[in-house]
Amino acid sequence: MGYEKQKPGDKTESLLTLEKICLVRGGRHILENVSCAIAPGEIITLIGPNGAGKTSLLKVALGLLKADSGQVVRAADLRIGYMPQKLVVDRTFPLSVARFMRLTGRYSQSQLQQVLDAVGASRLLTARLADLSGGELQRVLLGRALLRRPQLLVLDEPVQGVDVQGQVELFELIGKLRDDYGCAVLMVSHDLHLVMIATDRVICLNQHICCTGTPEVVQRDEQFLKLFGPAILPHLAIYNHDPQHRHDQCPHQGCSCPLGQEQDHVR
Amino acid sequence: MFADFLVRALAAGIGVALVAGPFGTFVVWRRMAYFGDTLAHSALLGVALGFLLQVDPLLAVMAVCLLVAVLLFFLQRQQRLPSDTLLGILSHSALSLGLVTIAFIDNLRIDLLAYLFGDILAVGSRDLVMIYGSGIFALVLLLILWRPLLAISLHEDLARVEGVPVDLVQLAFSCLLALVVAIMMKVVGLLLITSLFILPAAAVRRLSRSPEQMAVLAALAGAVAVCGGLYGSWQFDTPAGPSIVVCATLIFALLQLVPLRR
Repeated sequence: MGYEKQKPGDKTESLLTLEKICLVRGGRHILENVSCAIAPGEIITLIGPNGAGKTSLLKVALGLLKADSGQVVRAADLRIGYMPQKLVVDRTFPLSVARFMRLTGRYSQSQLQQVLDAVGASRLLTARLADLSGGELQRVLLGRALLRRPQLLVLDEPVQGVDVQGQVELFELIGKLRDDYGCAVLMVSHDLHLVMIATDRVICLNQHICCTGTPEVVQRDEQFLKLFGPAILPHLAIYNHDPQHRHDQCPHQGCSCPLGQEQDHVR
Repeated sequence: MFADFLVRALAAGIGVALVAGPFGTFVVWRRMAYFGDTLAHSALLGVALGFLLQVDPLLAVMAVCLLVAVLLFFLQRQQRLPSDTLLGILSHSALSLGLVTIAFIDNLRIDLLAYLFGDILAVGSRDLVMIYGSGIFALVLLLILWRPLLAISLHEDLARVEGVPVDLVQLAFSCLLALVVAIMMKVVGLLLITSLFILPAAAVRRLSRSPEQMAVLAALAGAVAVCGGLYGSWQFDTPAGPSIVVCATLIFALLQLVPLRR
């Protein structure tokens, strides 16, 4: 329960560890017995159908939501860069990109320019935030997250509202940023096909972890195919959850959350 | 030729407008119009309690508004009810409770209209001290909260991850808003308070290039509305508070005609 910081002497290698996280809302599991660890420099992608708890899991990892049971262990002084799912900027909110990037920290003009160069948004420094296109806004958000020199980037659907070509570019960019900045990445994605471009490990989530592994392994995993239905087989790009699929076939252990261990709370 | 009461009215109105402008920008950005209304409506309960307990009405109003602000803050965090439902419940129950309480107090004949629509021409020098004292206090604190408030207005979770004490900042802002509502009551009356937050800020937002510019322009637009409204009220013998709001509406409409800079 709760949030612990590792002591500097700890030998644990992972930046962030989730242990048996359960999140219950309205008598129903949002997250059930989810455990995972993020190693330095690793790119982990969470996939799963709508309502699978992907964003909730990110929020638990970020400390925005408190898990009902389980533990979140962060490396000491972990610096996290966060890119939220959606930034709705009021059309008339008079804020420039430069001001936006400086809102919660003090950075020099050259620092701002440097991260914008890194995300391919060099010319946007003086633009109005409200005038940016979807792809531009995502890049600025990514750049803003980089400003904090993060060891871990947490990205919630980083490519939404971006056309397919732009999505490929963004995923490639995320892979490149990992190499350049040496940061780990934890991201949520809806797109199964493209996300494989830059992912070390895929976690297939549907309240519980259905399966996990490298993209190649996960794509062949039975649970993965069950979760996303047979339609996915031909091109792995169609996103379609089979309503017939029963999750009681998924492997999972009992957990120590408020819903109790005996109850069969997987539907 | 200018009567004393007119000078005081002008000073009070301009003082209130200068404070309401910057706060109004955040009311607009953060979509807190209904929140402002709720605070304003609960002011009447403060008036009633002031008479009942025989304390200064303005102090009683401040106390009740602060209490409602804090109450709302905690109720909203619980998320049992949608925010606007909660605001609706508190807003109208506080207003009705105020009216009922006033009816209960024997041998009290107060001019209800003065509280509902303002009584700026009856502003005394003590009111002026309160308006400017509280106003400057609220503005100084707003200045301190400025950057974190902007960050929260854009994205609450992002601000939280980046280390902004979101709850503290929001609670402080709500309390300051309650304070400002209390000093605005005398000028435009509790039914029209929100308009003095919303109208100037909405009027100038298309013209502003930065949040700070918008705050300053909103303050100025509010001050102009006060001057124009008081002049109109003097000329046409109309009620002062509503005249100020009508003038602010005209300014809003006129500024919509200005072509947008690119």
